[in-house]
Amino acid sequence: MKHKVATTVNGRRHEHEVEPRLLLVHYLRDNLGLTGTHIGCDTSQCGACTILVDGQAVKSCTMFAVQAEGKSLTTIEGMAKDGELHPIQQAFWDEHGLQCGYCTPGFIMAASYLLSQNPNPTEDEIRKGLEGNLCRCTGYVNIIKAVQTAAKTMGGAEAKPSERAAARRS
Amino acid sequence: MAVTTMIGARIHRREDPKLVTGHGSYVDDLRQVGMLYMSVVRSAQAHARIKSIDITDAGKAPGVVAIYTARDFKTMISGGLPVTESLIADKKYVPNQFPIAETEVVYFGEPVAVVLASERYQAADAAEQVQVDYEPLPVVVDFEKAMQKGSDKAHSDGPDNIAWDVKFPGGDIEAAFKEADVVVKERILQQRVFPLSMEPRVVMANYVPFGNQLTLWTSTQVPHFVRIFLCFGLGIPESQIRVISPDVGGGFGSKLRPYPEEYLAAAASKLSGSPVKWVETRTENLQATTHGRGHIFDIEVAAKRDGTLLGLKVTNLSDNGAYVGVFGALQSALSLFLAPGCYKWKAFDGRTVGILSNKMSTDPYRGAGRPEAAHLVERAVDLVAHELKMDPADVRRKNFPTEKEFPFTNPLGMVYDSGNYAKTLDKAMQIVGYQELRRRQAELRKQGRYLGIGLSTYVEICGVGPSAATDHVSGSISLVESSIVRVHPTGSVTVAVGTHSHGQGHDTTFSQIVADTLGVPYESVQINHGDTSDTPFGYGTYGSRSLPVGGISIYKSCQKVVDKAKKIAAHMLEAAEADVVFDQGRFHVKGSPDRAKTMGEVAFRAHQTGLPDGMEEGLEAVTYFDPPNFTWPFGAHICVVEVDPETGAVDIQKYVAVDDCGNVINPMIVDGQIHGGVAQAIGQALFEEVVYAEDTGQLRTGTLLDYSIPGIGEIPDLELDRTITPSPTNDLGVKGVGEAGTIAASAAVINAVVDALSPLGIKHVDMPASPDRLWKMMQEARK
Ligand code: FES
Ligand code: FES
Repeated sequence: MKHKVATTVNGRRHEHEVEPRLLLVHYLRDNLGLTGTHIGCDTSQCGACTILVDGQAVKSCTMFAVQAEGKSLTTIEGMAKDGELHPIQQAFWDEHGLQCGYCTPGFIMAASYLLSQNPNPTEDEIRKGLEGNLCRCTGYVNIIKAVQTAAKTMGGAEAKPSERAAARRS
Repeated sequence: MAVTTMIGARIHRREDPKLVTGHGSYVDDLRQVGMLYMSVVRSAQAHARIKSIDITDAGKAPGVVAIYTARDFKTMISGGLPVTESLIADKKYVPNQFPIAETEVVYFGEPVAVVLASERYQAADAAEQVQVDYEPLPVVVDFEKAMQKGSDKAHSDGPDNIAWDVKFPGGDIEAAFKEADVVVKERILQQRVFPLSMEPRVVMANYVPFGNQLTLWTSTQVPHFVRIFLCFGLGIPESQIRVISPDVGGGFGSKLRPYPEEYLAAAASKLSGSPVKWVETRTENLQATTHGRGHIFDIEVAAKRDGTLLGLKVTNLSDNGAYVGVFGALQSALSLFLAPGCYKWKAFDGRTVGILSNKMSTDPYRGAGRPEAAHLVERAVDLVAHELKMDPADVRRKNFPTEKEFPFTNPLGMVYDSGNYAKTLDKAMQIVGYQELRRRQAELRKQGRYLGIGLSTYVEICGVGPSAATDHVSGSISLVESSIVRVHPTGSVTVAVGTHSHGQGHDTTFSQIVADTLGVPYESVQINHGDTSDTPFGYGTYGSRSLPVGGISIYKSCQKVVDKAKKIAAHMLEAAEADVVFDQGRFHVKGSPDRAKTMGEVAFRAHQTGLPDGMEEGLEAVTYFDPPNFTWPFGAHICVVEVDPETGAVDIQKYVAVDDCGNVINPMIVDGQIHGGVAQAIGQALFEEVVYAEDTGQLRTGTLLDYSIPGIGEIPDLELDRTITPSPTNDLGVKGVGEAGTIAASAAVINAVVDALSPLGIKHVDMPASPDRLWKMMQEARK
């Protein structure tokens, strides 16, 4: 028995009939061809599959496609705009925050959620905010730098403390 | 970009824009029209006879197209998986491994059947419905017990469990021990660990019926190597097989061999007449992708009262698992060849025993033998220091060869090409503030706090390898690397290489070398690798060899291109070749730099008429490079930890690494390699251990829930520095850096932990130094 699922992914509307048990990550990869979202485990530990669902970071292997009904999703493919890298993508590039690149989309999406909640995180807050993502290549040193750099370029450093507090509350 | 000096520059990686935007192409991102999904039915037993396999229910499951077992594959695949001939003369029992079990399963997770279905989930569902009837056989898990006479056997038809038993003597060991004032002994464990690249293995095979052509996409470090063995196994000419390895999500040694699933997917495509894809789940990855390490080392060290090291005896027991890994014996051999480390010993004595057990094979994992060697010798030196109540830094310094003693030959005849070990140690000690730390340690000890400082001064071997040296262990495999450098008529350059990056940034590093050597814009250089159809044969990427072997091959091809271009330029400038100077991409006549031809102009001429008499058109060169020696990176790492006296938790407070990998092409990439390597070794030192149930041989650490690799909270900031001692072995003075961090770091961490706990009388701690282990040791020591 197939179910209808209608979502908006990176600003584009999609409608499919899917099995109720189809994982969101497989829907994105196999049905929509958005293969930038990766799969690194089968127990929801690695975070390679992280995307934004209505602005919240979600491991897309923990959700069924049908649960995304009516929701707005952002995947790694939706981050760069008009041929310009998103500042977080640029920062991962500049700071050598990736090697094999397999974990990278998940880290970028998790970082984007973190910075939306806390535009100027401390190192500890970055470590806390990204603890759901695993990388086997970089030793994380440059991932932390990349998030710090992104925070700076996105203006977090300049954001007023009250705005930051508001952002954290929302 | 104008022509600049690229070598040594911190160039951002050209691989990254596609990867940060989600446009990488890993094998699972690709598909073929009409493709079927393959699911592998794996043994739920560690050792059993297969009585029967019932596929009736599975065959009726939705979407199922075919189910194949060993009987089907026997019609298609001959021989077994390769085992390199290391130590072959001394091999005792090396069981042949067919890619799928027929009558007896010998490890948990061994393939017993495959299911092909139209959809991913259908294949997985049907695989669950394949009924295998097993008759359990005795399970061999403890590999030390397995070497005893009369032990149960990992293979019921084997003579015993001994794969090899070889001695490596180096000098008069008895004399060295006779001279000793002190002798220390220790057993040092190297637990099994998972390499655990974030991308599991994935294979997609497309066999074209009637055309006898096979294309195989696979996540591997060694596409050419895989192709050779598919050719042997499937009987398809090498020229008709194309192996493509696009972006690879990490490997760390676990993707440097042909795997059963590569044979099975290829054969299943041939049997079914459809393209076939298999995607390894993480659970499968832990069961059936090779494991790393898995050794016991018994060591004995002889030293004089003043700290002079005399003799080192090492016995290595190696847990091979059920089948000897493709490079299984090589790691044990390397662990002994490098066990003398960076010290002057009078004599060395080594023995390695390879032992079979009912587990997954062990094979290379980042460092492959050298982390084991560094760990044991760095522990050995600390044990001596402890025994003699000397500072471990002093014992090290006392026994280093001096700069003038290079090339330095170790007791097993390995010739270290260059080094300055005291320099890296001094630098690391200065950065970490060693003397101040020792003072602080003494203070904290008075308060009952356990601060520990751990040193690791390592040397390693990269750049496999000179064929003269590897011939007898590789079974005449030459281990050269190849390159083709082709300058197109309009001046841009395509380079094809046999190595294959899986995260190391070769596209960038190699382009830097080419841009500088040919004097062409960096952006005009294209590097091709990973596809056997447009690259020359190469052994692939492992052993930190891609730069010192592959990179040098590229450099040499570029030089050949420059030589030919110079002849053409001389002709164009109507000058004698000897009068033409090549500088930054321009050829000019000595003394008149204004009359010049660029590489681009020369390249255009090279494809036109008007070449020097008798010269062929074109501007390209091929090199197969066989290095004269290995390269010998070294360094000093210092780790500072505090161990919680109540819980045994280890807090890494500082980590300083000073490495020397010779000349550096791209410092940013080099630092990244050190970061990653150190993190993996911290993982082994503190967290990771593969556990099989002693009685059943079931994998107890079977998911990422039960096995933890370091997360972002567990790796401290790493302070890096370097010294540069160019390698005399190659034209660029480079050495390789992919494994250095992993080789150095476990000893630094464990030495720090032991140092922290030394007030309790603790002299040695095995890995992983988990809170659980340390808490128990502290309780015991306080009794
Ligand atoms: S694939 Fe989703 S957390 Fe690992
Ligand atoms: S870059 Fe390879 S896993 Fe993170």
